[in-house]
Amino acid sequence: MKIVIIDYGAGNIQSIRFAIARLGYEAVLSHDPETIRSADKVIFPGVGEAASAMEKLRATGIDKLIPELRQPVLGICLGMQLMCASSEEGNTRGMGIFDVEIIKFTPEVKVPQIGWNSIYGLKTALFNGIREQEFMYLVHSYYAPVSEAAIALTDYGVKYASALHRDNFYGVQFHPEKSSSAGAVILRNFLEL
Amino acid sequence: MMLTKRIIPCLDIKDGRTVKGVNFLDLRDAGDPVELAAIYAKEGADELVFLDISATEEKRKTLAELVRRVAEKVDIPFTVGGGIASVEDVGILLHNGADKVSVNSSAVKDPALIDRLAGRFGSQCVVVAVDAKNVNGEWLVHLVGGKVPTTIGLYDWVKEAESRGAGEILFTSMDHDGTKNGFADETLSALSEMINIPVIASGGAGNMQHFADTFKHGKADAALAASVFHFKEITIADLKQFLRKEGVMVRL
Repeated sequence: MKIVIIDYGAGNIQSIRFAIARLGYEAVLSHDPETIRSADKVIFPGVGEAASAMEKLRATGIDKLIPELRQPVLGICLGMQLMCASSEEGNTRGMGIFDVEIIKFTPEVKVPQIGWNSIYGLKTALFNGIREQEFMYLVHSYYAPVSEAAIALTDYGVKYASALHRDNFYGVQFHPEKSSSAGAVILRNFLEL
Repeated sequence: MMLTKRIIPCLDIKDGRTVKGVNFLDLRDAGDPVELAAIYAKEGADELVFLDISATEEKRKTLAELVRRVAEKVDIPFTVGGGIASVEDVGILLHNGADKVSVNSSAVKDPALIDRLAGRFGSQCVVVAVDAKNVNGEWLVHLVGGKVPTTIGLYDWVKEAESRGAGEILFTSMDHDGTKNGFADETLSALSEMINIPVIASGGAGNMQHFADTFKHGKADAALAASVFHFKEITIADLKQFLRKEGVMVRL
């Protein structure tokens, strides 16, 4: 199986590669369109600021490439947010794969949310073997409101979508690569879709 | 459910090895930070902090190698600190698999470092660590592991760090550190009210009740400790069961 992690200079992506290696698979890091197109599974990571990350994707044409992919694609954290229609962060236009507008947490809660919170209302095979209210590690200041695309929910001041799905596209706000053994199960589920 | 309170063991590192004596009989190599980290992760630690205190010329390379080995093995987030003073230093550590870095003295000397790190890598990976001591009724920031006093007030500095883009504050009370008499809960609570980013309590952990107190009364978002875990005076699994019974939400 050919697994490609899209490398566009955004944050700590080695951790995803290491997590996949712990599952017994090998992933390559690449920003080459042909390599990405020919992959069996594509992982789209992202840490940092939305507008500058989107800028990098536009510069390389990856913003046009991802929505055309037909194999399973998993966006993680900012990756998931950039797959949405827009983000309030830097007034960024996203790829529009999920019809969702990303907005900021209000100051009634500490921002960013950092730490382990639970996920529930789990749908799709991505969460096979995952119990309701399982804990995942999250670090974020912006969130996806609840919508029809939601396949997991989390509470932090508001109830929001901590995972999204449409067709071959999946997005998770949490970091499965940093979420202990339960996170590893979700990554494995994705690789075995 | 809700966001849970975090328990964070801290490992002091020198030349790629753990420094503080550890009392883990089941470890093949008690000095290997990676093995110790993996055990803590398995026991339910929510995060780890590695504090590098080596001062050799090869420090950067040794630390980067260690970070990579930790990232390969450990499936929970970890922060790396100790002498980090530039965007380049941080880039190397993040590239090797660190999730966050902590800056301390270097940020006090050059506060714009926080802006540069947050701008380049995002606030979520910038932990500002502050060592402070109560001097005649005023909490003053101290540098170089608490050795060098300054005239900078703790509260002013923490507010400035937040406005410059710090993602979290790691506050160590030098008056409490090593005493095993509990965390600086009053000061922690004041800090937590003052800023809107998470606060990690450090210094003073001696028993499980101290952790419950710092979460309830100190309003801390996370609690860090070293020796009580290293010497197995408290196991993380027991601590979390205890906290749940005390009504503190933790990940089990």
